[in-house]
Amino acid sequence: MTRLATAFTNARAQSRAALVTFVTAGDGDTAAILDALVEGGADVIELGMPFTDPMADGPAIQAANLRSLASGTRTSDVLAIAAAFRHRHPETPLVLMGYANTMTRPTPAAFAKSAADAGVDGAIIVDIPPEEAQELVPFGEHGIAVIRLATPTTDAARLPAVLEGASGFLYYVSVAGITGLQQAAQDSIESAVARLKAATDLPVAVGFGVRTPEQAAAIGRVADGVVVGSAIIDQIAQHGEDAPAAVRAYIESLSAALAAPKEHAA
Amino acid sequence: MNAPNSLRNLPDEHGHFGQFGGRYVAETLMPLILDLEREYRAAKVDPAFKTQFDGLMKHYVGRPSPLYFAERLTQHYREGAAAGRGAKIYFKREELNHTGAHKINNCIGQILLAIRMGKTRIIAETGAGQHGVATATVAARFGLPCTIFMGAKDIERQQPNVFRMKLLGAEVRPVTSGSQSLKDAMNEALRDWVATVHDTFYIIGTAAGPHPYPELVRDFQSVIGTESRAQMLEAEGRLPDLLLAAVGGGSNAIGLFHPFLDDPDVAMIGVEAAGRGIDSGEHAASLTGGAPGILHGNKTYLLQDEDGQITEAHSISAGLDYPGIGPEHSWLHESGRVEYVPITDQQALDAFQLCCKLEGIIPALESSHALAALETKAREMNADQIILVNVSGRGDKDIYTVAQAMGAEI
Repeated sequence: MTRLATAFTNARAQSRAALVTFVTAGDGDTAAILDALVEGGADVIELGMPFTDPMADGPAIQAANLRSLASGTRTSDVLAIAAAFRHRHPETPLVLMGYANTMTRPTPAAFAKSAADAGVDGAIIVDIPPEEAQELVPFGEHGIAVIRLATPTTDAARLPAVLEGASGFLYYVSVAGITGLQQAAQDSIESAVARLKAATDLPVAVGFGVRTPEQAAAIGRVADGVVVGSAIIDQIAQHGEDAPAAVRAYIESLSAALAAPKEHAA
Repeated sequence: MNAPNSLRNLPDEHGHFGQFGGRYVAETLMPLILDLEREYRAAKVDPAFKTQFDGLMKHYVGRPSPLYFAERLTQHYREGAAAGRGAKIYFKREELNHTGAHKINNCIGQILLAIRMGKTRIIAETGAGQHGVATATVAARFGLPCTIFMGAKDIERQQPNVFRMKLLGAEVRPVTSGSQSLKDAMNEALRDWVATVHDTFYIIGTAAGPHPYPELVRDFQSVIGTESRAQMLEAEGRLPDLLLAAVGGGSNAIGLFHPFLDDPDVAMIGVEAAGRGIDSGEHAASLTGGAPGILHGNKTYLLQDEDGQITEAHSISAGLDYPGIGPEHSWLHESGRVEYVPITDQQALDAFQLCCKLEGIIPALESSHALAALETKAREMNADQIILVNVSGRGDKDIYTVAQAMGAEI
């Protein structure tokens, strides 16, 4: 079983949702922050590839991208961060998340190979929809899960196209909008997750706008995973050198909320 | 219908021009992009849509724009040329359109599509403000609320256009992220759109972005080439030997070129902004100085570093100051059908002043890049050959920039 599948299976065995956490590579002491995520109880790591033009991101992650690039982060640095993480944490799945232009260079095949060599388990490329899936073929060939996004605008007619070739998990973007700004109503999340789970055996993780342990727990009662990003980035931006400790405490609050026994409604 | 081997059949059904183009957008936008494509296909074959578009072009925009024999400029280059050299120069006068540039052609087409789709709010990005003004104009004409995203730096240096947009009823929203210029304005417009897809139509200003934008913008702008072809046949009884147009995103150029692509005897040159020179690194010449990549919904040539980080563009002409180019130009470049050459800020400034003095026409700095290519082309071609230059916009908006470059105070 892949690291990603194991992580979701283990969480399910504990009757809880997996905690999926996002940070931007090169924004602060990323190695220490990643360790803090794992120690705090994160099940899956999303490592953001910084990009000059993060057009799907809100102010928090935009700023993190710019801070990272301003400090000189290169693609080779991101891959080195991933490789070192894999060495320290052999079991925790790590997914690279970012935009097509940096994640297909110098070619999709060469990038996929470098990522696989660094121990990367999956890739989320925000601006490669199923219509351009030919770019993603080399990722699958190198054993990297191609993680697809479903959104409130992905209707029933379109969903099969989104699921075709999807692997790892399905990321439900619960808000039509950019990262970090607002959260969807709980009932809309519940009906969307039910619809998605009826269409796929992949774990369904829900993200966008998740900030508090209460929100995480509510989503965790219906989804297989809860994704938190901008709120962690805010901790990093606020706490500077002390970010790892702050991030760890914050992640612990989320994982504790998720660990409360899951109700089995169905 | 075009012949099977026509150069005018692209994009393919997936929106690709060879390896370029495509639909590289977030999943949230995909359903809308597909809706737009369906709606555009329907509009294309709907006689009522064509009637409405043509009517507005004639009575609101002021088309057809004239084809004009630039007699004194022709004479000027003949004087410095070898015997029998010095091509005959014609201008396509897009600067005479309502709002002063070709931009309005596209905006008319897109707002009609927006209305067809039942959208009730318009957004657009703008650099110098020309597309913003054209969009605010059509939004006012059709009574739709309109928000224009504009880099904070551009707002500072383009106050007259900012005020124009406000007079036309648009909200101008300053973009303070990134480099605070055109590409960031486009990022911010896309961010708005992801959250407002249910009621908002995004009027993209050039023949770029996700499919079907490059195709539909080209089609709306092709009125330039279609008119030029007929006007040239009437004036000279034959087609021109060379077409010249400036290329930023490339909508005025593709609009002129596309109807001529299958005429093998018509050569075409797209003029890119070389800024302070290609070697200086401060330029906006995506084809000459960039590499293929993916940004703003399409695969195309981009200014970028080896990691794929987008680098800043520079041109004295704000309308060319963008680190990418429309995907069809990338394809025409690689296929060799169109030649692309760089022209520096200084060359464009010289051509700007020459055109003012010899023809009594103040051209936009964008169009001045195309005019600057005459310096070598007009002189080396024969006197019985014809060059057609697209004067895509008027230069009234640029007089402050030009004055500053000349060291004049106004």
